[in-house]
Amino acid sequence: MVVDELSAGDVDRIFHALADATRRDILRQVMITESSVSALARHYPVSLTAVQKHVAVLEEAGLVSKERRGRELRVRAEITAVRRAMQLLEQYEAVWRGRVDRMSAVLDEHEGVPR
Amino acid sequence: MTVTAVARDHSALTLTVDATFDAAPARVWLLWADPRQLERWWGPPVYPATFVEHQLVVGGRCTYFMTGPEGDQHHGWWEVESVDPGRSFEVRDGFADGEGNVNPDLPVTRMRVELSDRGDGGTKVRIVSTFATLEQLEQLVAMGMEEGLQVAMGQMDAVLADA
Repeated sequence: MVVDELSAGDVDRIFHALADATRRDILRQVMITESSVSALARHYPVSLTAVQKHVAVLEEAGLVSKERRGRELRVRAEITAVRRAMQLLEQYEAVWRGRVDRMSAVLDEHEGVPR
Repeated sequence: MTVTAVARDHSALTLTVDATFDAAPARVWLLWADPRQLERWWGPPVYPATFVEHQLVVGGRCTYFMTGPEGDQHHGWWEVESVDPGRSFEVRDGFADGEGNVNPDLPVTRMRVELSDRGDGGTKVRIVSTFATLEQLEQLVAMGMEEGLQVAMGQMDAVLADA
């Protein structure tokens, strides 16, 4: 299972990174196509420094990577990491899927249906 | 029984789970209305729930604790906001300390449960969980993930014991 590979710290960093609307938007942008930090900064009404900080948080969470090309710092999405984040979200469903299975077992037992 | 649909709405911050049961609505209602039945499914196998108070009436309160494999206890509460017996109810669902005081640092979820007749003696159930903020949802996903893993591990243990 993929989630086994994530420590509690990894999970915290991913959710912290995705808790901010600007960071989510940056991630969406670079999932479509890689981009330089300065090009990203033009999309948002915040300073270049603020965008650099957002990119750093995404990078710490393993969601994006940076690469220097000449004078530009290119940012691209780590698609595998984004998939892992989505898998984490699906885990919340597992709570209710587990409950529904157990509800069914309780109902069957009361009706004398062997399982 | 099966979970027939799951919808995650990121803008409304809701998780909607639709399930269907072969038992009649009056019978399915008891899964929530009878605390002895409720505690058999609310917690995962390795964290069984014990309901201490259970007043499924408007303004009523339900309190419970879940006991972990190390004897660790995790307390929770529901505040009942609406009830239409046999059909629907809505509660605020949160966490508490050992003395039953509300823990303000942990998320409060709104849970709405709706039962409807499937038309063939069975029951359709819709469970809508609403989260106040994205941060709360994220916190619960992280906690729920652990629970989900524990369910999976409990099931693996059962398989191993049978082998």
